[in-house]
Amino acid sequence: MIAGLYRPGDSPIHRLKAAWKLAALLLLGTVLLSLPSLWLAGLSLLAVMLGYAVAGFGVGVMEKQIKPVAVILIILFAAQLWLESLAGGILLLLRFTTLILAAGLVTLTTRTSDLVASIERGLSPLGRLGVDVSRISLAISLAIRFIPAVGQIVSDVREAQIARGRRPSPLTLVVPVIIRLLKMADAVAEAIDARS
Amino acid sequence: MFSIEDVRLDRGERTVLTGINLELGEHRIGIIGANGAGKSSFARLLNGLVLPTEGSVSIDGLNTRRDAKAVRRKVGFLFQNPDNQVVYPTVGEDLAFGLKGRGLSKSEIAERVTRTLQRFSLAGFEDRLVHELSGGERQMVALAGVMILQPEWLVLDEPTTLLDRRNTKTIMEAVGNLDQHVILVTHDLSLLDRFDRVLVFEAGRVVADAPPKEAIAAYLRIVE
Amino acid sequence: MSTRDIVLIALFAALMAALGAFPPLMIPAIGVPITAQSMGPMLAGGIIGAKRGALSMLLFVALVAVGLPLLPGGRGGLAIFAGPTAGFILGWIVAAFVIGLIVERFWRKLNFVIAFLATIVGGVGILYAIGIPWIALVGGVPFNTAFTGSLAFIPGDLIKAGLAAAAIVMVKRAYPMITPAGDEAWRAARPDVFD
Repeated sequence: MIAGLYRPGDSPIHRLKAAWKLAALLLLGTVLLSLPSLWLAGLSLLAVMLGYAVAGFGVGVMEKQIKPVAVILIILFAAQLWLESLAGGILLLLRFTTLILAAGLVTLTTRTSDLVASIERGLSPLGRLGVDVSRISLAISLAIRFIPAVGQIVSDVREAQIARGRRPSPLTLVVPVIIRLLKMADAVAEAIDARS
Repeated sequence: MFSIEDVRLDRGERTVLTGINLELGEHRIGIIGANGAGKSSFARLLNGLVLPTEGSVSIDGLNTRRDAKAVRRKVGFLFQNPDNQVVYPTVGEDLAFGLKGRGLSKSEIAERVTRTLQRFSLAGFEDRLVHELSGGERQMVALAGVMILQPEWLVLDEPTTLLDRRNTKTIMEAVGNLDQHVILVTHDLSLLDRFDRVLVFEAGRVVADAPPKEAIAAYLRIVE
Repeated sequence: MSTRDIVLIALFAALMAALGAFPPLMIPAIGVPITAQSMGPMLAGGIIGAKRGALSMLLFVALVAVGLPLLPGGRGGLAIFAGPTAGFILGWIVAAFVIGLIVERFWRKLNFVIAFLATIVGGVGILYAIGIPWIALVGGVPFNTAFTGSLAFIPGDLIKAGLAAAAIVMVKRAYPMITPAGDEAWRAARPDVFD
């Protein structure tokens, strides 16, 4: 499997079942967003930061979670400050920081395969409604299997065009890649049918 | 025993195969012919991946149209490109894939995966990522993925075309050791030395059907 | 749903991942990076149709959620969905569906103009109609503010809509996927697949 964002470890948070972590995250999100309390948000943030410490992650790891959205958070904070109040701005920052860090903590401490397995378990009641859950698992595995293959196709097509003296443009790259994918889909489907 | 009776196969406007009447029961059967002669389509008729436009294909009384599922259990199929055939991220998962839905317990599946990996010189490969394997190893995984289903026949459609000499040898040795009946479509005439029977296709018809030496001679007369 | 449908859904989810790895295009006049990935929903809807296209986006979003770093810059994980811009990610599913619906509806006379309209309506209109209220709602800012903040991305998205529309029309000519008669008919019409 392509390397996920999981960071191996043996902390209590690592060992906690994926389903529990997901449930806790959902609960935290619901409570945080339904109760507009600075105290609650601040305490939750401290609790989540404590979670990072327990899992053995430092400040750098936390920073990495927040950084991609830092700019938009600052803009939103400024908008709150200007339109509402300082307290509103701080509440917004605390809420987002807490939720993003908490969600990141789940991702960092849970193997992708465990999360996939809990998705499959979560979907299994759909089986009674006539949904073929094994097809969903097949789709997930196929996508993970073919991510590197599609990357390879892209670089093959790019090389072929450079070899012919063309600088690949998005369009000359995307169209041949997609046609290769569509042909491949037929062959893959045929091979799956041959084995089932 | 395969019975192929009065088979014609059309694809759109084009007739790909016509006038095919064969009984196939030998242990090792080769199929050769130029590109576009109809070899691959013929191979796909044998396990019901393609159904004939006219006529019928059956194995031991099971018809590919009527008894599609039973036919596929009897007839395994190995494709040219393992990249299209190996569909799971890891070797072990891919081998287990075909066994799902056959009423086997988890431990039975695991046991059969281990046994099959050993048999095809893939011991220890269970957790290896498929996309990190070499071309030859991938084709071996694809072969193991078919053979774990314990078919009685194995149809191979140019399984060595993408492989180098050494990997071709490894794969063909593995195929040679199989107890199963083998039907091999190939351009590599050297693979057919010890085969029992070789069919030559040309323009959608069987134009020669003989032991390897005579069949290959007939084929070379056509193409040269 | 046939095996081939499942495979197409998975392959287009994998294509999204490949698009995420394209280096972003910087156009100085606009000032924001243009990433190739948001072409993915347009291509998926326009090439494999509404239902399969939307499911491939759902699958991709699920892969991101379970922790695969498939968004530009190697981002991924549940944190994405806790952030203020999650609407733009989830909106891909709806965008692909709407683009697919339009392309299917006009399949027989599909040309660049129709495809471009489809990618603009679905890939820009619908996407922003989900993404902007989402920012406004979870970010607690008025709709207008969220809208103004997103304007910078529109020129880039229009370029992508144009590229995707051209690709949709070209692929349709080379390898039409959305046909009313279903799998068998067009398989029969495509003998080269097996040769």
